[in-house]
Amino acid sequence: MPDVKRIIGTVREVIRRWFDPSEVKRVGATPDYRFSLANERTFLAWLRTGLALIAGGLAAAQFLPPLPLRHLREVIAVALLLLGTTVAIRAVDHWARTERAIRLGEELPVSRFPAVLALLVALGALLLVVAVLVKGFGVR
Amino acid sequence: MTRDPGLQPERTRLAWRRTALALTVVTVLALRLALTGGVAGALLAALMVLLWVGALVALRGRAAGRGPGRVGTRTLPSVALAAAGLALLSVPLVLRGAW
Repeated sequence: MPDVKRIIGTVREVIRRWFDPSEVKRVGATPDYRFSLANERTFLAWLRTGLALIAGGLAAAQFLPPLPLRHLREVIAVALLLLGTTVAIRAVDHWARTERAIRLGEELPVSRFPAVLALLVALGALLLVVAVLVKGFGVR
Repeated sequence: MTRDPGLQPERTRLAWRRTALALTVVTVLALRLALTGGVAGALLAALMVLLWVGALVALRGRAAGRGPGRVGTRTLPSVALAAAGLALLSVPLVLRGAW
């Protein structure tokens, strides 16, 4: 199974890149420190976005009353927890790739992730609006 | 003294502190969930406290204003993994409450 081996190798390479500080510093030239700081703040903003989603999930699990649909509350909570986890992990990857690009003078990495996240959150909110309306107008 | 029009180090320091605060709020919420969960919950709560303390220890250099270059870049993935860990440890607690 060469494909599985290659995928595992790629994953290991990516994780090594996250955690090995010297790896990032080995490529290219040291940029203006302000660029590194801006990249770091962008990472922190994403991490706080992830933390907000996680806090939302924890609050849904503990403070929402039981919802009319069975287990809807737990589904909302777990979905938010997993979404927040994804955002936090993705933030590290994006930060590492951006730092690399800055050092090498390459184009910054582009990503569909913000659009996908926005669509997911919007879709979730719309579904909840429908749920509230259905409940409010008493479809019995 | 170099000219720094954007107060970049200060903005970054404050961003780290905001993030530490957000992480603390999440930890408190997660602990509240875990401490209603008996022995297994208490075990998870202990792990959560470890993650929180670990993240704060990792980021204290950055929150004090030591920028990239002087502090290892390992800080960033460590703090993100602590956040992910808090979320993932909470998932079984949420599911256990439901079924």
